[in-house]
Amino acid sequence: MSFKPQHELHQRRFGRNLGVGLSLAGFVVLVLALTIVKVTSDDFKLPKIQTLEQN
Amino acid sequence: MTRSQKTNGPKMSDASLHASTLREDEASFGDYFALLKPRVMSLVVFTALVGLLAAPVAVHPVIGFCAILFIAIGGGASGALNMWWDADIDKVMKRTKGRPIPAGKVEAGEALSLGLALSGMSVIMLALATNLMAGAFLAFTIFFYVVVYTMWLKRVTPQNIVIGGAAGAFPPVIGWIAATGTMSVEPWLMFALTFVWTPPHFWALALFMRNDYDDAGVPMLTVTHGRRTTRVHILVYTILLAILAVGTAFSGIGGPVYLAVSLVLNAMFLHGAWKIWRRDEDDSEADNFKVERSFFKLSLLYLFLHFGAILTEALLKPFGLGGW
Repeated sequence: MSFKPQHELHQRRFGRNLGVGLSLAGFVVLVLALTIVKVTSDDFKLPKIQTLEQN
Repeated sequence: MTRSQKTNGPKMSDASLHASTLREDEASFGDYFALLKPRVMSLVVFTALVGLLAAPVAVHPVIGFCAILFIAIGGGASGALNMWWDADIDKVMKRTKGRPIPAGKVEAGEALSLGLALSGMSVIMLALATNLMAGAFLAFTIFFYVVVYTMWLKRVTPQNIVIGGAAGAFPPVIGWIAATGTMSVEPWLMFALTFVWTPPHFWALALFMRNDYDDAGVPMLTVTHGRRTTRVHILVYTILLAILAVGTAFSGIGGPVYLAVSLVLNAMFLHGAWKIWRRDEDDSEADNFKVERSFFKLSLLYLFLHFGAILTEALLKPFGLGGW
């Protein structure tokens, strides 16, 4: 069995997949950072129903 | 039949695999990114950033970054939807025929899917990251640009660019609302600045890219009312813009730096508009629209420096400078 050199189109498709992958990874990191900022801000309050359960 | 043919259907060679699953002109990541109109997006990012930073409240850097990013993605999404709808005229115009859809790299349906998905994502994420009002304004801006301007007015009225300019003027308002959660006069002054700037900017382009709009059948003022009328309109709008731009210097977002920048730029812009008004077609043909071209270039600098001056005033305020 012999392997043929990779077609240029495969490389282009790899570039596209890499772009999508990095965009999604960036989005996940961004949502995580946003969540941390929101939860640790001074005006953050737990939803009422949870506050009642704690009381 | 061999075992592989039984399991995989007709045997495929490398060549047939390529022919059946890969297109020679298959789009790259950059082609999809080009659907978002990156140059327009850069203007959206800058004006929205100025709106956000000029607001009289401190914004957490992560929230500020998210707000600008999602406004930019929303603007890009509306660009993709615009390319989907306008694919037929884009392939006729010299300026736009290299775009991904007329160039055959991306299917129109793909642009529609990408535009809708990014629109929904950007609106929801902006609302979650900042506030509901900012999300609602972004949704309205996308609706206005895609439905009101692209689908409806662009091919119907020569005032298309005047009304359509509103869509491009919303980002600083959204940036301000993202920061404050409330409305006031200042963001609407930034809106008005971009709104009144848009017609002379595009009409100057239409004067020297004249065949483009003629061929595409887009009712630009140059086509419907003639080039003389367009020159008059450029001058009138530039006078209105100068009054508005200099007047903004005395508002909450203005100050001495803004006033100095605005006076110089408006003097130059008025001079350019006056020269365009004085010329006839023979003069323009003789020097290949030199005055119109330089007016168009100046218009880009004009908007950038006005918003830059607003930003400077805002950044100076913490040091006891900036503003009156």
